[in-house]
Amino acid sequence: MSALFKTPVSRRAVLRGGSALIVSFSLAPALLAQERLPGALQNTPQLDAWLRIAADGSITVFTGKCELGQGIKTALVQVAAEQLCVEPKAVNLVTADTAQTPAEGYTAGSLSMQDSGTAIMHACAQARGILLARGAERHVLPVSLLKAENGAIVAPDGKRIGYGELVADTTLKVRAQLQSPLIPPAEHKIVGQSLPRVDIPAKVMGQPAYVHDLRLPGMVHGRVVRPLGYGATLVLVDTSVVEKLPGVRKVVRDGNFLAVTADREFRAIKAMETLAAAARWDERDTLPDQANLYAWLKQQAGRTIPIRDEKSATSAPAVKQLEAEYLRPYQMHASIGPSCGVALYKDDLLTVWSHAQGMFPLRQAISQLLKLPPEKVRCIHMEGAGCYGHNGADDAAVDAAYLAFSDPGTPVRVQWMRHQEHQWEPYGSAMAMGVRGSLDASGRIVEWDYAVWTDTHSTRPGGAGSTLVGQHIATPFTPPPANPGAQPAGAGDRNIVPLYRVPNMRLLYHFRPHQTLRVSALRGLGAYANVFAIESFMDELAAAAGADPVEFRLRHMEEARAVAVIQRTAAAFGWQADARLPKGRGRGFAFSRYKNLGAYCAVAVELDVEHETGRVRLRRAVSACDSGQTVNPDGIRNQIEGGIIQAASWTLNEQVNFDKRRIASRDWSRYPILRFADMFDSIQVEVIDRPGAPFLGTGEASQGPTGAAIANAIAQATGKRLRELPLNPARVKAAIGV
Amino acid sequence: MTEFRLNGQSKRVESEPDTPLLYVLRDELQLNGAKYGCGLGQCGACTVLLDGKPVFSCVVPVSVIENREVSTIEGLGTAAQPGPLQRAFIEEQAAQCGYCIPGMMMRAQALLATTRDPTAEQIRRQLQPNLCRCGTQNRIVKAVQRAARYMKGGAA
Repeated sequence: MSALFKTPVSRRAVLRGGSALIVSFSLAPALLAQERLPGALQNTPQLDAWLRIAADGSITVFTGKCELGQGIKTALVQVAAEQLCVEPKAVNLVTADTAQTPAEGYTAGSLSMQDSGTAIMHACAQARGILLARGAERHVLPVSLLKAENGAIVAPDGKRIGYGELVADTTLKVRAQLQSPLIPPAEHKIVGQSLPRVDIPAKVMGQPAYVHDLRLPGMVHGRVVRPLGYGATLVLVDTSVVEKLPGVRKVVRDGNFLAVTADREFRAIKAMETLAAAARWDERDTLPDQANLYAWLKQQAGRTIPIRDEKSATSAPAVKQLEAEYLRPYQMHASIGPSCGVALYKDDLLTVWSHAQGMFPLRQAISQLLKLPPEKVRCIHMEGAGCYGHNGADDAAVDAAYLAFSDPGTPVRVQWMRHQEHQWEPYGSAMAMGVRGSLDASGRIVEWDYAVWTDTHSTRPGGAGSTLVGQHIATPFTPPPANPGAQPAGAGDRNIVPLYRVPNMRLLYHFRPHQTLRVSALRGLGAYANVFAIESFMDELAAAAGADPVEFRLRHMEEARAVAVIQRTAAAFGWQADARLPKGRGRGFAFSRYKNLGAYCAVAVELDVEHETGRVRLRRAVSACDSGQTVNPDGIRNQIEGGIIQAASWTLNEQVNFDKRRIASRDWSRYPILRFADMFDSIQVEVIDRPGAPFLGTGEASQGPTGAAIANAIAQATGKRLRELPLNPARVKAAIGV
Repeated sequence: MTEFRLNGQSKRVESEPDTPLLYVLRDELQLNGAKYGCGLGQCGACTVLLDGKPVFSCVVPVSVIENREVSTIEGLGTAAQPGPLQRAFIEEQAAQCGYCIPGMMMRAQALLATTRDPTAEQIRRQLQPNLCRCGTQNRIVKAVQRAARYMKGGAA
């Protein structure tokens, strides 16, 4: 193993998924003893679960992951086509469908390439080996003289036998092998290329592209009237007025679940509004005083999970100590398209089309809710608006499933209203991060004491109790206990471990399972705020040490790949220690390795702070990212750029507001996100390719570094350190005393 | 009953007069381009052109479009013959989930009809009413500039 790939977590990575390392380091024979299959093959080892080749030679690849706009379909097609030696357009890809594809849980955690990409790569490589062996029999030639090319096994004389002729029904009904003959990276023709995304043309032509566009014959439109707040209960509702409205088909009430279906979508909306006006709710104070949010969070019952406690007897004495607290409010996924689901209960089978991130977990929730055996529920993924985690998608699907189940034979489409998405999506959890650090006389960190207080970061379904319908019906399902997650990936404690070398380190995770506000997985979970805190504090320590922030990071970094992204980012940005900048301008830098297991990413930003208004004007961002083997460089750039912009919006603008009873952030005016005028003038992304290295994922790499880089740049521009998110104009003005 | 022109063709629709144009397009006429985003004119996902001017179709009742011209993304081109904006958005890979993109393209189309060579600043100002959550704004600006070049007859 070259020094370049040596990482502090390598032992853990070997224990977790050593086979993934075999992919890249086939010269590590000690690892071969392990039985772990590559990627998601471990859970679904049958080859034909991933890949089928029909008699006509057509190729179908199956993934349990979902296209979320992140470009996974395109990347998986590239991986399959490369190993099968066919054109990308020859690969038909089927994404998550409980009746067709492997069960791969959620499309989350930037794991799709690691899980599904690795599995498909190996399955297709193994299939190519099988096809070559069969071709050898048919050609009556040794395999060494044959090549796989464009869907055929080709002999030296040019004679071709198509894949379709070489496969019988049982050919791919074999178990995946530990090691398959991968095409060497140097010979890649498709992997590593910026293949245009396969899903974009339909989206810009107005062709059906989303579950929102699914129109089944006889379909009706459902709308739900949700409670006014988390603690509200339905006292009474006179449904008779609604039932008489034009086009109304049914009004459904079950406990606090209230819904209506109608023949036309806008009629359903009007009926919903009438129904909402007719409903009387008993409201209760269940929410904390927002002005006191973090004190309240810390006071909640919970438990403390020690993450690390390392002491060194030999470290130099501390000469300077710093202490700071960083805060992150509840924040939204804030998808542009309110969630949508379509369902049909027909011939004893409930079929649900959804843009949720996990079709198998969704099936489990619906099956439990409606007391149907899982085999009587089929969940099919279709695209929706970008979700960035667990938004309203699962609940909209369950709404549709519930209404379709009560109206057999009639397809029901439910789309949430804007205020419902804003009010009822599960938010990204609030977090408080306290950190104390000490420097020795040489300006090195000798002590790092860090604690995070936060809610759970995932309440994804699994069971019916995680869904709104399950919680609101007259005989509700109990939500499962809040889950703290587990290291090394972590949840609220994700990225709690700084990658910097510090001899004395104590890390605590104060888990607060209260679930007062509805929360769940938001892109990166705790990584965004933990990295915001760690990388802000690194700058504070650098300043105390009189060091340049980039040099200070490198001083404490031993991981070669981390050093490489830091240096590449700094070089591409033109980072200079003590650069002289115009008044009001600042530059900031930050780094993290997502989950300490995924992609390495550094971000540098330059911005101006408008003194009179406190408004931050983003000028440019530069980022380098190492996601392991690059499959689609432009796909990585798009994800990093998007992550930077989304995180800039979180960082500068976003917080969920509420009173004691209700969520106040119910539309875009009360939960503003960044608009065009606020955008960076330019974003430059440098993709560092690691041919043959394991896939590391990309989707959640850039958010944490972006938040901290912006905070660091504001600190440089204003001379004031802002530690409470969002860093909005009011806070900037307060800090600079305007 | 309302009569209007949609992408150059006459249409008669039955939706009740208070029905927003968005639902006439999506529900009655079964078009996919315009999207429901907020119903409040805050996000622009539903943007179409009414007599060449961008409007939020989610807040325009069908009753006001009588005899007027509505343009949607479906009128910009086809898969076989994509229009300049469609080509440009594909070539710049200016989408992630893509839900906001048709609205962006229609508002950009209105700008390009009057401004042959818009600056990045003009494009940003034009697209200010439209939200994108995936963070593809910088690509969108580049795609609109590329489309402008195509419309002027440039190759790229």
